Amino acid sequence: MAKDNLLSYEAALEQFEVVIGLEVHVELNTKTKMFCGCANEFGSEPNTNVCPVCLGLPGSLPAVNKKAVESSMAIGLALGCKIAPTGRFARKNYFYPDLSKNFQTSQYDEPIAYDGEITIELDSGESFVVQIERAHMEEDAGKLTHVGGATGRIQGAEYSLVDYNRAGVPLVEIVTRPVFGAGDKAPELAAAYVRAIRDIVKSMDVSDAKMERGNVRCDANVSLRKKGAEKLGTRTETKNVNSLRSIENAVRYEIQRQAYILSQGGTITQETRHWHEDRGYTSAGRPKSDADDYRYFPEPDLVPVQPDIAWIESIRSALPENPAARRKRLQSAWGFSELEFRDVVNSDLLDQVEATVAAGASPQAARKWWTGELARVANASEIEISALQITPEQVAAIQKLIDAGDLTDRMAREVVAGVLAGEGEPAAVIEKRGLKVVTDEGALIAAIDEALAKQPDVLEKIREGKVQAAGAVIGAVMQAMKGQADAARVRELILERANS
Amino acid sequence: MSEITPDTVRHLASLARILVTDAEVEKLAGELAVIVDSVAKVNQAVSKDVVATSHPIPMANVFREDVVRPSLSQSQALSAAPDSAEGRFRVAAILDEE
Repeated sequence: MAKDNLLSYEAALEQFEVVIGLEVHVELNTKTKMFCGCANEFGSEPNTNVCPVCLGLPGSLPAVNKKAVESSMAIGLALGCKIAPTGRFARKNYFYPDLSKNFQTSQYDEPIAYDGEITIELDSGESFVVQIERAHMEEDAGKLTHVGGATGRIQGAEYSLVDYNRAGVPLVEIVTRPVFGAGDKAPELAAAYVRAIRDIVKSMDVSDAKMERGNVRCDANVSLRKKGAEKLGTRTETKNVNSLRSIENAVRYEIQRQAYILSQGGTITQETRHWHEDRGYTSAGRPKSDADDYRYFPEPDLVPVQPDIAWIESIRSALPENPAARRKRLQSAWGFSELEFRDVVNSDLLDQVEATVAAGASPQAARKWWTGELARVANASEIEISALQITPEQVAAIQKLIDAGDLTDRMAREVVAGVLAGEGEPAAVIEKRGLKVVTDEGALIAAIDEALAKQPDVLEKIREGKVQAAGAVIGAVMQAMKGQADAARVRELILERANS
Repeated sequence: MSEITPDTVRHLASLARILVTDAEVEKLAGELAVIVDSVAKVNQAVSKDVVATSHPIPMANVFREDVVRPSLSQSQALSAAPDSAEGRFRVAAILDEE
């Protein structure tokens, strides 16, 4: 497929103002679907989490999942939205086999949450306020697999196979108002916004929030207008951009593509576009339907949701700390450098480090364990670090033994290995493996004497100021002690000997 | 009388995935206009005191607890499908939407 002509990013921004709008779909992690008791579960055998309701069989009636409504309200509240005194479900009518009812149960003019805002801070420290127009409840659609044709994509497919396990899974769609004034930061802002939404829903534990599984999906609207113009330009909607990097790249691409067309005197077609991550371009999808074409109407099988103040406030009071605020608080409490802190955040280790510190380790020691040895072990065994069989409390306990001089760093790593191997609590591993720092000074001095006898010139060198000569003796002593000596103490003893 | 143009009829037919001939378009335009006018009479009943309703019984907040209930088996789910393969419903490839 031929790539589009693009204007350079710099030239595009010189001539045009960028306006973006983002629609983020969050899949909730309720136990069951939105309107029926089928399991909301990823990775089941096809069409095994289905029933007459989510298959749209005649005569079946939906029943609203209370937990999904609460999660939706919680998301709205976390985004600073108002909760509607009356929210109503509506049918969004369309024919496509991903939903067998021929409509999606959604919300239209009475969404559960509206009028919010969220402040997004970019890596540069610059911040933007993004206005939230609404957050509404709806159901996910089934999964289509296109079979036949050369590419496996829909073009050229001979037929499609449908799995309705995902049909009816609760979704919250969060829609922003148009975002102006981000300029060259618009692509970065788009990605940072989606990351913020992901972090928030993850911290609230209302979604698994895994973008690679489609738990959080983004449609990005982009339009350009001549600098100084009042009227908004025609927008395109790039669908289902499913990684933070893709969002940034897709928005940037659309800016450059539209800028080229406009700069040549052309017009933008209002349409959906598909992002191709592998080759870095968007291609035209279907022309955007008018809203009227969906013929929304109130869902006659469901009654309105009318949360009272007490219900809303109980949900509000249970909201966790905003992730961005939490990061600020922890960074300042821990005194990490920007780089150290970002390392912890990007490795998704805030919870672990925080719990390890709470269990008594110093922030720096906690950080080093999680981003160092434990990250290395997880990486080597190709598992998520959160899946390691060690608790922050155990890590803190081991660190305390190092601080008390009962374990060397090397021995501590062995204790960690023992805990990970299922040998029990750190104390049990230490007992079982006989890991104890040799504190018997007599034994250390004997070993030092033995090593010095083999390297008689070392003391002389130390007296001449070549302190590094002690290294060879320390090595020999540590070997004799099978690594279970405190190297710093050994060094002290050697220096004492040289200077006595 | 509401004006239902041939283009409106064609648009509705395309939304409903119904094939209509030109002769049918003309006929349906007239019939639909009558139907729309008849239904529009409902508007006369709507006033400040009588608001539009989406549900005959005034009730709200009917919920189900988030508890898993048994689903159909795969073979039950597919038993009424005109065609199936690999545990899934088999349908014609549809190209204009994705």
